[in-house]
Amino acid sequence: MSEVVKGLLYSEDHEWVRVDGNKASVGITDFAQAQLGEVVYVELPEVDDDFSKDDEVSSIESVKAASAIITPLSGTIVGVNEDLEDTPESVNGAPYENPIFVIELSDESELEGLMDAAAYEEFIKTL
Amino acid sequence: MNRTPLYDVYSTYPGVKLIDFGGWELPVNFKTGIIAEHMAVRNDAGLFDVSHMGEFLVDGPGSDDFVDYLVSNNVASMSNGQVMYALMCYPSGGVVDDLIIYKRATDSYLLVVNAANIEKDLAWVTCENPWVTDDSKVMPTIINKSEAYVQIALQGPKAQGVMESLWSGAKELEFFRFNESVVIGGIECLVSRTGYTGEDGFELYLPSESGVTVWNTLMEAGKDAGLIPCGLGARDTLRLESKLPLYGHELTKDITPLEANLSVFVSLESGDFCGKAALLQQKADGIPRSLRGIIMEDKGVPRAGYDVYRGDELLGHVTSGAKSPMLEEFVGLVMVKRGAGLKLGNIIEIDIRGKRKKAKLVKTPFYKNTGRKK
Repeated sequence: MSEVVKGLLYSEDHEWVRVDGNKASVGITDFAQAQLGEVVYVELPEVDDDFSKDDEVSSIESVKAASAIITPLSGTIVGVNEDLEDTPESVNGAPYENPIFVIELSDESELEGLMDAAAYEEFIKTL
Repeated sequence: MNRTPLYDVYSTYPGVKLIDFGGWELPVNFKTGIIAEHMAVRNDAGLFDVSHMGEFLVDGPGSDDFVDYLVSNNVASMSNGQVMYALMCYPSGGVVDDLIIYKRATDSYLLVVNAANIEKDLAWVTCENPWVTDDSKVMPTIINKSEAYVQIALQGPKAQGVMESLWSGAKELEFFRFNESVVIGGIECLVSRTGYTGEDGFELYLPSESGVTVWNTLMEAGKDAGLIPCGLGARDTLRLESKLPLYGHELTKDITPLEANLSVFVSLESGDFCGKAALLQQKADGIPRSLRGIIMEDKGVPRAGYDVYRGDELLGHVTSGAKSPMLEEFVGLVMVKRGAGLKLGNIIEIDIRGKRKKAKLVKTPFYKNTGRKK
């Protein structure tokens, strides 16, 4: 059973979002890390780069495959989790404590399109 | 999807992750994960279900000459009880498959082929290769025994100890030799000292219906040695560290064994074999490509198919890549132009999804075990 944390928002691409004012931390969910398998490399996006919702910002590599990291929100990257450069496996161990990037939102109304914990839990049951 | 006779055992292990591997539902890893399974084989022992592999029995008059013609290596030099690795080539020199040959007796062989190639190989061996249409040649009997056998690989430095607790002859079995009448858990097995991990180890072939019994017997015998079940994920990273080729990656119909740096398994000095003329010609003309090893200088996994550059010059492509658990580096094999002046230590670039990442040419294999191997 995948862990889903209350109070976060979720995307259909299995990213979680923690909103703090006009900024949001984004990571991958427990469901996503379990699907990926052991993560060996997290490519971090560039700070100050602008992205639109659903853009590929970077990638995450597991033993088996490379997967895109999709931003569920539009905006500017204002921070990245550099710890993941050396310990990418912490995404497997504690996915909700290891965001990948922080984005400054250019359109806060996009938050309404994301799921809450209960909705995400239902969503992964359908997969 | 196809399932091996051992499916019922491992599908009940908690945490097993099953994938579709060329039409076979097989474990990519167990609860422990790929890296732990990899390390178990390097340090202790691991058990693999490789029953998806194909087995052809070649038997009766003509077998010696036929098998010698069919593959690149010098089968005529084999003694009974010997195992040999070889390439089966098209007349073009490209590779139909790579295989392991067991010489059981005069005019009797077991050929072990890749799962994804069973049908193609069977057609090639029985109908399509030039020997078949040559009326002056004697054609042996060929039987596809792929479904009749379970194949289990016991690999790692502690494999010998585990086998010895079940069979007193384990220690004496030399590298690339086999014994067809080893009794494990009451079941008669063919046991060879072979493997696909770069470690010491054994491979067992036995009747499908007894697969579960022998698997459980081995798991029980290996309990104290740290034996764990391993999946295809670890099998792939283990073979890559040891630079053992994988068909579809380092070998294809468009890559010759000489280009894949497997000339040691190509016997150009002895008798004729299918593809020999083309390979002699390629050698005379200059082998155009070479299989080299890289370690990434920039982070990223060099995956199969990615292009390899030096500046604007396209040098070739990646055939396999992974994070090496032993080296803790991103490593890869690349098929690149020969004669381009590439030297060990040179920096080249891998196009990883549109971004150029630096890599260094290094010696292979990436990892070589230092343990016993006769």
